[in-house]
Amino acid sequence: MSKESPKGSKEYWRWKEYHRVLSDKSWKGKDAITAGVDVGSVGSKAAIMIDGEMYAWAVTRTGSNSPDSANKVMKMVLDGTGLQQSDIKYTVGTGYGRVNVPMANKAITEIACHAKGANYIWGPSVRTILDVGGQDIKAIHCDETGRVTSFLMNDKCAAGTGRGMEVFADLLQIPIEDIGKASLNIDEEPPPVSCTCVAFAKTEAIGLLRKGWSKEKVLAAYTRAMAVRMANLINRVGLERELVVTGGQSKNIGIVCRIENILNVKTLPMPNWREGGLDPMVAGATGAALLANALYRKSQGN
Amino acid sequence: MITHYGYTDGSGEYYISIDSDKCNSCGKCVKQCPMGVLEMVTEMIDLEDKTMAAVTEEHRKKLRYACSQCKPELNKTPCVSACVNRAINCSWRAS
Repeated sequence: MSKESPKGSKEYWRWKEYHRVLSDKSWKGKDAITAGVDVGSVGSKAAIMIDGEMYAWAVTRTGSNSPDSANKVMKMVLDGTGLQQSDIKYTVGTGYGRVNVPMANKAITEIACHAKGANYIWGPSVRTILDVGGQDIKAIHCDETGRVTSFLMNDKCAAGTGRGMEVFADLLQIPIEDIGKASLNIDEEPPPVSCTCVAFAKTEAIGLLRKGWSKEKVLAAYTRAMAVRMANLINRVGLERELVVTGGQSKNIGIVCRIENILNVKTLPMPNWREGGLDPMVAGATGAALLANALYRKSQGN
Repeated sequence: MITHYGYTDGSGEYYISIDSDKCNSCGKCVKQCPMGVLEMVTEMIDLEDKTMAAVTEEHRKKLRYACSQCKPELNKTPCVSACVNRAINCSWRAS
């Protein structure tokens, strides 16, 4: 959610941090309370599970150092649960900053965690996962149990990632949460911008605005270019149905619609995360908490 | 699990793929690589730690240059030949 900065100018890129507790569940008398902490390049996510079932989660912005971000998101996820850090039996750290998660018993790559998490969120029919993170894009293949069979990560540049979208939200002065819808608010789909590099695309976009293009049209051209890049990545590992999108950009309807259009395939429907459903942005932390549950059980000998 | 290391950019596609199910952790590929592109890493797969070959973080974004002397477009590089289980493959394509 955009908010006023001290200078009085709006921060259009700023998305809303939040946490949620599923109050119909209780941890009282339960032993296997596990957590997953996913410190991404832009967002930090945490999830708490009871007996391998989702109980609470939180999403916050990653700061300049991973341990602080991990502590912050952990504090946020514990808030309102009545749980203490010491009640958590096993914690798995994942994401870009996984080796620097202080409370983690183990670090596992975000690839394995995202596949497990997507399997938990959408069920066993998921085979291809496109995770669009803050600074990289990953295409992951998994089997019906959520085990990774093959994956490809493109982290050579931030083109086509969440951070690139934040830059465009600011440039075009459209709140980040409305950017997907705005990019679809056009009469005709314009050709994609020729360069997906964030820095060059920004220059190109300014040129298009000067030519008299509407903000929505420029946004559509940029979103299209990003979707083409993501579709290429998926084609590289091979598209196998069902396809899902995780990470922050799963909430960008403009991206998801265009990927579906380019690949000629429907993605599995997005859970209603605003109304208490699971959040695809938390897929990595969800998978980490699930793996934490499995590792805890293993350590207990069952 | 097959990991595709590398990237696609304006000049072409450069990928080294490593199949962790086929990798027997012998480390011969690491010794054969003249550029130090490969290393052995330990990662958790199916709740067990497994040691396998991987492309170093340092070289992931510049494979095109790091690997050029071995002619990876023929997929007969020293690392590929060193692997008895054929766990490593190079996929090079100029655009």
